[in-house]
Parts: sequence; C-alpha cells; structure tokens
Amino acid sequence: MYTLPRNLKLFSIVLIVLGLAGIIFGFLTTPKTIDDVKKIMAEQEGLHGEGHAVAGHEEGGTANFVDEARGQEGYSENAMKHATDLKAEGHGATSHEEHVLHQLQARPWSATFVAAFFFMMIALGVLVFYAIQFASQAGWSPVLYRIMEGITAYLLPGSIIVFFIVVFAGTHFFPWQNEELVAGDKILQDKSGYLNFPFFLIRAVIYLLGWNLYRYFSRKNSLAQADADNYAPYRRNFKISVFFLIFFMITEATMSWDWFMSMTPHWYSTLFAWYVFASMFVSAITVIALVTIHLKGLGLIPFVSDKHLHDLGKYMFAFSIFWTYLWFSQFMLIWYANIPEEVTYFIIRIQEYKVLFFGMLILNFVFPILVLMNSDYKRIPWFVVIAAVFILVGHYIDVFLLVMPSTVGHNWYFGIPEIAALMFFLGLFIFVVGTGLSKVSLRPKNDPFIKESENYHF
Amino acid sequence: MAATKIHAIYTDDDLLMQAVKQTRAANYHISEVFTPFPVHGLDHAVGLAPTRIAITSFIYGLVGLAVAVLMMNYMMIQDWPQNIGGKPSFTFYQNMPAFIPIMFELTVFFAGHLMVITFYMRSKLWPFKKAENPDPRTTDDHFLMEVDADNHDVEKLTKFLYDTGASEISLIENEHDH
Repeated sequence: MYTLPRNLKLFSIVLIVLGLAGIIFGFLTTPKTIDDVKKIMAEQEGLHGEGHAVAGHEEGGTANFVDEARGQEGYSENAMKHATDLKAEGHGATSHEEHVLHQLQARPWSATFVAAFFFMMIALGVLVFYAIQFASQAGWSPVLYRIMEGITAYLLPGSIIVFFIVVFAGTHFFPWQNEELVAGDKILQDKSGYLNFPFFLIRAVIYLLGWNLYRYFSRKNSLAQADADNYAPYRRNFKISVFFLIFFMITEATMSWDWFMSMTPHWYSTLFAWYVFASMFVSAITVIALVTIHLKGLGLIPFVSDKHLHDLGKYMFAFSIFWTYLWFSQFMLIWYANIPEEVTYFIIRIQEYKVLFFGMLILNFVFPILVLMNSDYKRIPWFVVIAAVFILVGHYIDVFLLVMPSTVGHNWYFGIPEIAALMFFLGLFIFVVGTGLSKVSLRPKNDPFIKESENYHF
Repeated sequence: MAATKIHAIYTDDDLLMQAVKQTRAANYHISEVFTPFPVHGLDHAVGLAPTRIAITSFIYGLVGLAVAVLMMNYMMIQDWPQNIGGKPSFTFYQNMPAFIPIMFELTVFFAGHLMVITFYMRSKLWPFKKAENPDPRTTDDHFLMEVDADNHDVEKLTKFLYDTGASEISLIENEHDH
C-alpha cells in the first residue's frame, strides 16, 4: 500500500494554498475600466521609451520574423488586416483600448484554464490509455492498472473545474457568445447552429458525465475483479472500454472544437482534434512513467520491471514523434496554401510567441527523440525522467499556445496568474493522485493477464 | 578439423529460449541457432555481442538528412529557383517547411536501405548464395539449436538435450567447417 509521503503531501498543500492566493490575486488585479487600461498603456509607453534608447533596433523598421521568412515586407500586417478573429472587432470591441481591456480581463481566465486543462487532459489521457489496454486485452500492462487508476482519480475534480471555467468564461474566451457580434457577422450566424450557448453547455455536460461515468464503472469493475472468482468484471470492463473509446473519440474532437478552436471562431483546421489528442496522450503516458518511477523508487511495485518502463519509454518516444507529425502537417498545409483566414492563426503565434512556439518544437520533438532513441536508455529511470520533464514542459507550452494567442493576443506575459495557476493545479494533481494511489493495493490481483504481465519480457 | 555437432530441434520458441539458457548454464557451447522468425531476447540468451546495427542506422539517417538538405539547397535555391505558389525560393530557410517532407523521407530511406545492406554484408549474404540452413523445417515452424559436441560425451549431451525438451536430436559430423 502506498501513502503519499509526508513532505510531498505538505508540498502539494503549500502549492495549492499559494496557487489559490495567486489566482485570486490575478483576478482581483485585472483592470476594470478603460481608464485603467489607458493608465497601464501610458506606463508601458514610458517603459518602451526607455527601452527604445537601449535597444533601438527592436522597434525600428518593420523587419519582423514572419515578413523576413516570407521575404515580403508588410506581409503579416496585410494578412492580419483580414483577421477579424484576433482583432478588436472580432471580440465586439469598438476601440483599441476596449480591446486591450478585454484581453487583460481574459488573462487570469486563460491562465487558470491553461493549467486546469493541462492537468485534466493528463488524467483524461491516462483514462484513454487505460481503456485501450482493456479493449485490446493487453498482456503487458495489467501491472500498471492501479497506477493508471490512481492518476485518473484526478479526472473528477479536474474536469469539474475545467467545466466551470469554460462555462463561465463567456466572451473572455468565446467571441461567438457575444450576441451583438454574431448579429453583424455572417460566418458566425451560419455557425450558430453549433456554436450557441445552450448546445455548448449540453455538450460540456455530456463530456463531463461520459468521461467520469466510465472512470467510475471501470474502476469499480477493476476492484471487483480482485475479489471475484470468475472473469465477469473483466468482461464488463472490456465492453464498456470499447464503448468509451468510441464515445471519447467523438467527444474529444468536439471538445477541442468547443473549448479551443471556437476561441477564434472564423478559423478552423480539420486535424485540430487529433493534434490536441496527441498532446493529451503523450503527456498522459509520460505521467504514467513518472508515477511508475516514483513508486518503483519507493520499492512498492517489485512486480513492475524495467521492461514495463521500456515500453512506456517507447510510447513516449513514439507519441512525441506523432505529435510533431500532426503539428507539422497542420502547419505546413496552412503555410503552403496561405489562405488569409487560415494563416492568421500561425502569424500571431510566430510573431508574438516566437520563442515559445519554436522552443516547444525543440522540447517536444528534438529532446525526446535524442534522449529516448537508444533502446537501453529507456530502461534507465533518470533518463526517462529527463525526457519526461522536457515533454511535460513542452506540452504545457503547447496548451498555453492553444489558448493565449486567441484570448489575450500580444498582451501575454508569464507572470503571477500563470505561475499561480500552474502551482495550484500541480498541487491539486499531486494531492489527488497521491490519495487515489493510496486507496488499494497496487497489485491488481486476479486480473486474467496479471501473470503474463509480471513475466513480461522481450 | 572434424567438427562434431548436435542438432536439437524444438517446436516452440519459449521452449527453445529455455533450452538455450539451460544449455549455456551447463557450459555447453551453442554454435548457432536457426529460427523461422526473430525470437526476442534470443541473441542475449545465446550470448552474442550486442548488435551495433542501430548505431550505423542512426549515422545513415544523418547522412540521408545531409544529402536531402544539400540536394534541396542545390536544386531549389542555387541552381534553379522557382516561384512556386507565390513562395520565393531565395534562401533555404524561407522555404524549409516545403523541404521537410523530403528531408524526412530521405532520412528514412537512407537509414532503412543502408542498414539492410550493412546487415547483408555483415551476415555474408548475397544474391544466389546457397542456403546454409541445415534443415528446411527451420524456415517453417521448427527451431534448431546447434551444439558443439567435440569435447563432450555425446551420449551425455544427447540425454541432456533430450531433457531440455528437444523433439529430435541428430549427430552431425562435418569434414570441414562450412
């Protein structure tokens, strides 16, 4: 039996308290009126003036990265001119100040949402991985079932928080919820059959119920199997896992459209759902590997060998490449076709978030591929931990880049709201997962494949 | 030299793995194993040196990547720049997204093909080479372990192999070492 180590528990509680304080601070310090914004802008102007003297070339000229890469001056400005999604009008604002006010007000919401979703998607991804093990009747992984179930314990609190954020964020995230804006926008009117608040709410409730019900029943069956003298609970789990996977594949796609793509409701990409899924899945497997290493270090799971770690490492390696493949497929098609309403998505990300945007590629692709390429390294725990840290930081940035450019635009900053939200949800995640793991014995007794899994070698 | 060998045939890969481990533990020398498909962990069990083919593959991949970069740079940037879809080909880095699929493909192509060729050379295989396989059934569903019997009591060794689960055991006297 596992118990969350005392200092880890204390650490998580400190994170929760500090994070909560920071999140509240973030919400309280947002500007309330246009006058506040004018004051902030005047201050920034002053700072810029000073900075200008030191680094004059930064501001001077129009040489920005996108123009340079295109070899065409004024290209990005031209393209962004048509992008109502990311401009003041796209959010129903009439003046520039009002737009900035809107973005600054959206920032604490976005910061909280990024961290909340990041940890929720880890739990959800682990649940999917778990369902796949049952649906495919995998022989290697049953020794990891209790670990996966421990991580998915976070799904209930995590998804409830995410649910409340997306439902109450309103026009901070979703311009299509602004009725005045929709009234003057032909495209949004055409999409209003799907993008309307009642249907949005119903969908969110369906996701919440569907995911959590599967988690509840699969866990129940899995625990029942430990005491059963036949394989009936396992069979039930097989069946519901198959249906859950179908349900998940549909709801994951609509979830990514609802919660991310509709932040810029004019823009769309057909492989966006897969892209979000890839990020979710690789982060989830990485966390399974991390928790496995943690428990192995405590000596609680002698039945998990380095072969199992090797397999998790292979999955981390493979899905890092899969994520990059989808990232690049989306990027290259949009870059090549160069359709004005599509390219704006990348122009804002490359111009305003250049370091994060390209840094993420290095963290999510180059580092994992180099660190985990050698077969033997996948069995060395600290090697896997290094790769895992890269992958998790990289995919946090990925979620950050899904949300921030669409909601706060160039008014982003990695400050107190972002760090606090990250701390809060990390603390909550550690606490909930730790408690989830400590409920039952970590060895899934009586599972039909447990023997095969324990003797697993290759 | 006259080499005496014993061919023990097994019908299952798990059985073979177990037999290989037992035979090595009993200090007999396994000169070769023939299997119809790759058996995971067999190389380790037989005590072969770890393969270095993965390292060669990595290097070939880098060579492929370099060839792709140089090739695309020469064709599309230096020799004959073309304006394709409004994308000016003045520098490599402006056009790089379009080159990445080619860079990827050539990396895989070089790594894959050169690794196979390296494998053939290391294994001394070439077209029209006569098969060295002692028993055609090892290309179907049987596994053959070849044990040196030169310095051992053949009776005892046969008995031992029989106990490891061999379904068929035959003594081979070779005038020359293939």
